[in-house]
Amino acid sequence: MANLLNILLESWGPLGAGIGAGLVAIGAGLGIGQIGGRAAEGIARQPESANDIRGTAIILAAFIEGVALFGAVICFLAMNA
Amino acid sequence: MSKVRVLNISRVLMVLLLVGLPILSRSQQQGDEDRLSEGPEPIAEKELDFSAFIQHHIADDYLFHIAGDIAVPLPVIIYESGKGFDMFLSSAFHHTDENHLSRGRYLYHHGKLFIPDLNADGTVQMGEDGHLAGKHEATLGDLISGNKHVFYNFSITKNVFGLLLGVSLLMIIFFSVASKYKSRPNQAPKGFQGMMEVIILFIQNDVARPFITEKKVNRFLPYLLTLFFFILINNLLGLIPIFPGSANVTGNIAITMSLAVLSLLMVIINGNKHFWGHIINPPGVPLVVKFLLVPIELIGIVTKSFSLMIRLFANITAGHIIIMSIIGITFIIQSYAVGIVTSLFSVAMFTLEVLVAFIQAFIFTLLTAQMIGQAVDEGHHAEVKSSHH
Repeated sequence: MANLLNILLESWGPLGAGIGAGLVAIGAGLGIGQIGGRAAEGIARQPESANDIRGTAIILAAFIEGVALFGAVICFLAMNA
Repeated sequence: MSKVRVLNISRVLMVLLLVGLPILSRSQQQGDEDRLSEGPEPIAEKELDFSAFIQHHIADDYLFHIAGDIAVPLPVIIYESGKGFDMFLSSAFHHTDENHLSRGRYLYHHGKLFIPDLNADGTVQMGEDGHLAGKHEATLGDLISGNKHVFYNFSITKNVFGLLLGVSLLMIIFFSVASKYKSRPNQAPKGFQGMMEVIILFIQNDVARPFITEKKVNRFLPYLLTLFFFILINNLLGLIPIFPGSANVTGNIAITMSLAVLSLLMVIINGNKHFWGHIINPPGVPLVVKFLLVPIELIGIVTKSFSLMIRLFANITAGHIIIMSIIGITFIIQSYAVGIVTSLFSVAMFTLEVLVAFIQAFIFTLLTAQMIGQAVDEGHHAEVKSSHH
């Protein structure tokens, strides 16, 4: 049983890493897309506060990016394990 | 006139780059074929293992690899208790077999140094678990457990070299700019001084001031500026593809961890009564909820630094991997058309990475400023809120 699990883990690791990387990209894309879309909308409504909105959007995007990259790092580790 | 010449040179460089990479990839292939005809190496060896190459590039090493067999050696400095310091250049290592390099008693295997125990006939002793038996580099765990069967490695590796280079560049830049301010007091900044002033004022006014109270902002500004410029210069040096640059300093988890721990210490040391009071004993919260809330708040302090560490590490490492992979496509597919496209694409990626270098330095500094700002805040917000209820 332990052997079977080992084989599964060994051979499916890269597959899991690939799927994980894809899911991470989907999640980050959804998140940053929302931020970018709303930021553009906000700037279109109030061009005078474009600078504030841009700064906030970059910070928020960095938060999402942090989580996404955290996932990416784990995928990288899974690939090498 | 000179402008035209500059344009021409850059155009020539561009064409060289575009044509050069595919040709290089061809000659690489030919070289491999020559080697194949000599020895009984398996065919699979011929396949360029690019993922291993990329991992070598982003990992720390004892030499700067430039091209082919050309590399810049770096000093290896080893301290063994009882035997003292031993120092030599990493070029002193030579192959004993295909996977191992050795020099005297030292053995280099998969990026790590060992001092193996030798059998009576001079062969390397293997441990029961199949690993090398012998002394290895001291880790934090060895220091804590008091393991004596180790040596201490003070080598100037690629990352240490990159670190020293970055710091000395920073010192040169800032001492020269500071002396400019002393020699030309009360005058408008000139040249390079002007550029630095813009960046410093940006950190002061747009990063530090919005988060840290006006009374305390000057206390934390030196730390924030150091953080920003240290990360920025190491990010940019890492993007230079050959010798003095190319060390993956900010893409090394140990370095980003040190930076994140420093930021955490800033919060822990400078956190005022108000800040700790809200964490240890949140006001206006039922006792039962406190049991849940206090651990979460305590973990929350560490999590912020942890995400700082991961963010910088992953961003820079991912950038290096992406650039290397795109260039690697040229060497794997080996076609002129693909070579030209990937060359253009890698130029685009490089420019994106320059942007990322700035953004990551900015984000790290900004989030640190935010953390410190929360820790030193006098807490008028809470009182305003409670007066409304």
